[in-house]
Amino acid sequence: MISLAGRDILHSWSKFVLTGLGLGLLIGATLTMAGVYRGMVDDAEVLLQNSGADLWVVQKDTLGPYAEPSSLPDDLYRGILALPGVAQAANVTYLTMQVRKGDTDVRAMVVGFKPGQPGAPGFLTSGRQITRSHYEAVADQMTRFKVGDRIRIRRQDYTVVGITRRMVSSGGDPMVFIPLKDAQEAQFLKDNDAIVAGRARNAANPALNRPGVPGLLDAINASQTSNHSVNAVLVKVAEGQDPTTVAQTIRRWKHLQAYDRKEMEDILIAKLIATAAKQIGMFLAILAIVSAAIVAFIIYTLTLGKIREIAVLKLIGTQNRTIASMILQQALGLGVIGFLVGKVAATLWAPAFPKYVLLLPGDAVWGFIIMMAVCALASTVAIRAALNVDPATAIGG
Amino acid sequence: MDQGPGQGQGQGIRIEGLWKRYGEGDAAVDALKGVDMTVAPGEVVGLIGPSGSGKTTLLKCLGAVIEPTRGRMILGGEVIYDAGWKIKDLRTLRRDRIGFVFQAPYLIPFLDVTDNVALLPMLAGHPNDQARERARELLQAMDVSHRAQAEPSTLSGGEQQRVAIARALANRPPVILADEPTAPLDSERALTVMRILHDMAHQYQTAIIVVTHDEKIIPTFKRIYRIRDGQTFEEAGEGREIA
Ligand SMILES: Nc1ncnc2c1ncn2[C@@H]1O[C@H](COP(=O)(O)OP(=O)(O)O)[C@@H](O)[C@H]1O
Ligand SMILES: [Mg+2]
Repeated sequence: MISLAGRDILHSWSKFVLTGLGLGLLIGATLTMAGVYRGMVDDAEVLLQNSGADLWVVQKDTLGPYAEPSSLPDDLYRGILALPGVAQAANVTYLTMQVRKGDTDVRAMVVGFKPGQPGAPGFLTSGRQITRSHYEAVADQMTRFKVGDRIRIRRQDYTVVGITRRMVSSGGDPMVFIPLKDAQEAQFLKDNDAIVAGRARNAANPALNRPGVPGLLDAINASQTSNHSVNAVLVKVAEGQDPTTVAQTIRRWKHLQAYDRKEMEDILIAKLIATAAKQIGMFLAILAIVSAAIVAFIIYTLTLGKIREIAVLKLIGTQNRTIASMILQQALGLGVIGFLVGKVAATLWAPAFPKYVLLLPGDAVWGFIIMMAVCALASTVAIRAALNVDPATAIGG
Repeated sequence: MDQGPGQGQGQGIRIEGLWKRYGEGDAAVDALKGVDMTVAPGEVVGLIGPSGSGKTTLLKCLGAVIEPTRGRMILGGEVIYDAGWKIKDLRTLRRDRIGFVFQAPYLIPFLDVTDNVALLPMLAGHPNDQARERARELLQAMDVSHRAQAEPSTLSGGEQQRVAIARALANRPPVILADEPTAPLDSERALTVMRILHDMAHQYQTAIIVVTHDEKIIPTFKRIYRIRDGQTFEEAGEGREIA
């Protein structure tokens, strides 16, 4: 016996290929959506991994530093460093802002860190780490900055000395690393008008501007133009210490929250990405329904175009099973063409996406299985129509 | 009497008192009212009648696609219908025992000419090469072997109809039912098709029933059944030789 489905596909291959192409782009979009989600999860994991920290210490009752604002005094790290089991503890600041290069702005997460401490950029693809304590920067390659570029953050110019990769915030913004002191300043720095206005306000306040206490106003003004807070303290535990135990110690000690790696992952993935995952889930469901509708419609149309032939096939003794399997195979064939096109398309266009798209082979396998199921389901409409054809109609009236 | 397959080919078709009623009660229509008909192996008979006389209904009963209400039908020595009883597997019966030729060729567009013919033996379970070998023989006999690899849509109307006849013959059925097989053809091609049907009937000892309106081909029948108001009347035809 020959494959009727195969012959029909070969005969009207242009219809199948064109439909498969359209379906394929849809499947490509589906795979890419799954890849976007995987990319977000992976970004979060890489972010945590590359920070070189075991624990994230943040303000009590916050989910900081990535999911919620957190503010800590910048001398707190000393106390943490003194706790048993802590090897390193370093201040970090995170602030999403516009970074200027020439005439263009790049939205970036500016990270203030202490070189050589937890929170430093994990690895560099070019250039070097920051060695001076001021006005040097390491940027993620997504910023498209190059080593030697001059960039502007608030009112200061920085020289890009190194490029890192896969360091993006959970919002998808590339990171720019600068020395902690500069970052604290940038976070707090007001523009000149604001400073002048602030000083005028202080001078007008009789409680602050006391004629009997010379120097008080100046001290207050000075304290208001510098910043002594950071967003988090990143902790590396000593060799052989259990991060969870150390985290408990920190939590008990003063009013602080400490998260270990696992808890940070949960915050990033469960809290931050959860909504995005639901969005993507909805999108995937709609794409599956649209694909099913397309396959059903095309297969149904192709089948209606063959009603006469199907009547003849039935009249000359073709079993219902053979006819049903012919239509099913065509639907599956369409799904296979569509899937191949979609896989290739997704692989080709994934790197062009602004955010990291991670195409997992496992997702592709699931996509294929679901696509085949959708096609099989979609073919039932056409199969029912074909099985209802009366062989007597081939003889006519 | 041996009724095994292969033995039946030489026994033609016989119907007795075939009755077909459509619908029930007031809406009932008796399309066939006790039709008798016998076609011997190797014989080609014409079935002629005005519109609404029951030709299509009779052809559908003979073709085992609708059931007669009453009557007997014996095909190739095997009883198919008898007083409301019918054999179980009508589908296999149609595949193995009845050849169909329609007004339009109705070839399967996605199979080439050879496979259109070979499909029947394949459906009957013959291996592909054996089925194709038989198809090639028949296409040779139909004088269309030069188009064996072609797509049906590239054939002329006459060629397509000859392929359709080859298909009808592919499983060597004891009977072929042809429904206005020459309607779309000019008179030269119509006569060619009739000559082929006569030759094939003779060569394969097949009983062939041709429903027709076509004045050009009526003189070629030796025997004709006229059907009027659900009843058949047998008469002699001219039996003219086709040049
Ligand atoms: N499916 C059907 N249901 C009810 N009546 C039918 C049906 N098919 C045919 N008839 C009736 O049976 C009679 C014979 O029809 P038909 O066999 O088609 O004749 P012909 O083919 O000679 O024109 C007509 O009166 C027709 O209206
Ligand atoms: Mg009719």
